[in-house]
Amino acid sequence: MRILSWAYLIALFTFILLPVGVLVVFSFQDGRLPVPPFKGATLEWYASVLADRALMEALLNSMIVALISAAVSLTLGFLAASGLARVVLPGSVLMRGVLIAPMTVSYLIVALGLLQMFGKIGVRPSLLATGIGHVVINLPLCFAIIYASIGEHQKNALKAARDLGAREWQVLWLVAAPMLLPSLAAAYFLAFTFSWDEFIIAFLLTRFDVTLPVEIWSMLRSGLSPETNAVGSLVFLVSIVIVVALELLLFRKGAK
Amino acid sequence: MTIERREKRQGAALVAPALLWTLVFFAVPFAGMAIMSLAHLEGREIVQGFDLGNYLRIFTDPSFRRGIFVSLEITLTVTVISVLLAWPLAWIIATRVPERWRRMALLIAVLPFWTSYVVRSYSWALVLGEKGVVNNALIGLGLLSEPIQIMATRAATVTGFVHFFVMLLTLTIYSNLIQLSPNYARAAMDLGASRWQVIRLVILPLTLPGVMTGAFLTFVLCIGDYITPQILGGNNELSLPQLIMMQLGRRGDYPMASALSVVLMAIVTLAYAASARWLKMERL
Repeated sequence: MRILSWAYLIALFTFILLPVGVLVVFSFQDGRLPVPPFKGATLEWYASVLADRALMEALLNSMIVALISAAVSLTLGFLAASGLARVVLPGSVLMRGVLIAPMTVSYLIVALGLLQMFGKIGVRPSLLATGIGHVVINLPLCFAIIYASIGEHQKNALKAARDLGAREWQVLWLVAAPMLLPSLAAAYFLAFTFSWDEFIIAFLLTRFDVTLPVEIWSMLRSGLSPETNAVGSLVFLVSIVIVVALELLLFRKGAK
Repeated sequence: MTIERREKRQGAALVAPALLWTLVFFAVPFAGMAIMSLAHLEGREIVQGFDLGNYLRIFTDPSFRRGIFVSLEITLTVTVISVLLAWPLAWIIATRVPERWRRMALLIAVLPFWTSYVVRSYSWALVLGEKGVVNNALIGLGLLSEPIQIMATRAATVTGFVHFFVMLLTLTIYSNLIQLSPNYARAAMDLGASRWQVIRLVILPLTLPGVMTGAFLTFVLCIGDYITPQILGGNNELSLPQLIMMQLGRRGDYPMASALSVVLMAIVTLAYAASARWLKMERL
């Protein structure tokens, strides 16, 4: 049983890590094709990625869209969660249902709906349109995470603050936000990641200014290339650095 | 004005922005799409009508009907394989790996999450291609004389999907497993159950809600995904999302794309209805 367990673990880890390993190794390929045999190491492809104007612009665009759309999702989700956790409104259940609904729908359908509506009212495909789409998919997520973290204890604290004469914005900003900080951070981080990596909405709702996944997609049309490997490896590296940094900052703090 | 009424008004004011956003940018476009699905194309003009012609075509035209079956087959295959692979992995990490390595093992198990989704599919193309790692290794070992075609087949699509969803399911099942008290297993052992019986009769049923939630998530994400079948599966057989994108690209047939989307949505809703009693969405 023990040996079987370890064998299984190793087999599955190999399966899981294989494509990423191949991706990274052949990003150093000294040759035009990122497939075996490995012909020696070069940093040429990384240099050409960093010098690629279109890629760097797409990276910046992705960063802007992700930062802003995650902030909007978080704000709307936070307000809605504290509103619904505060009083039982007529139709509370329905409202929760409406807010969560986009989570169960494919991104493709969200994108198609927005594409048609924007086309009708004359909003051009743009980063703004993409950002709006990203808020649609991330708002339910932020709402659900924050709403789930408001328990009886939190509700009582908020009520106490209000009874003691705090204004509504003070209750939210000085009591609710600090108290819910870990789940706010988690929600923002998740929303940022999903927006950063989202393809189909950005693909349909951008035209000239594209985001990184869309730019990578258009690189794929020219077939396998070590340059695509290099982009992928860089994205991977940056994400790992962010994850480790967050783990050290948030997790260690939480553990104390 | 009573305090209670003021409270309610303020609560409603807080919910309003999010609700408005969801209505304007989600509910309205979706309704627009449902209406669009009842229109049809004459030449390049979209003629709004109220006929079910598009839906009739979806269920009679072999290429559309095939698309629905392809999507369902791929999605069900992926969901079943992913659950079967992920459960033992999650169980081994939760019970066999020493505690101080557990976090590390879990981190490794989901490491490829952190590269972009598009790139992950692309890297499977590197592995499975004609000159890729798998063919190279098999030929090197003398198991093959000629490279076999894996790319642009359903096997490639399924592999790419399973890779992603094994990671996802390992996470959901693991979080389910470590919440179980070890006393369940101990009690069963004391009562004479063998180790295998403990897993099959005690642990497995207790993780069923987590498994079902993860499986439902897998189903929804898998059936709606365009990237993986497009990069790995090629154009030999088209899934539903590929068919939708094709309507948009070739002729700008928005009515048909909308009708297909409504069908996709209906399939997901049916899947939800079928599994709703096992789902605990709030535990995600």
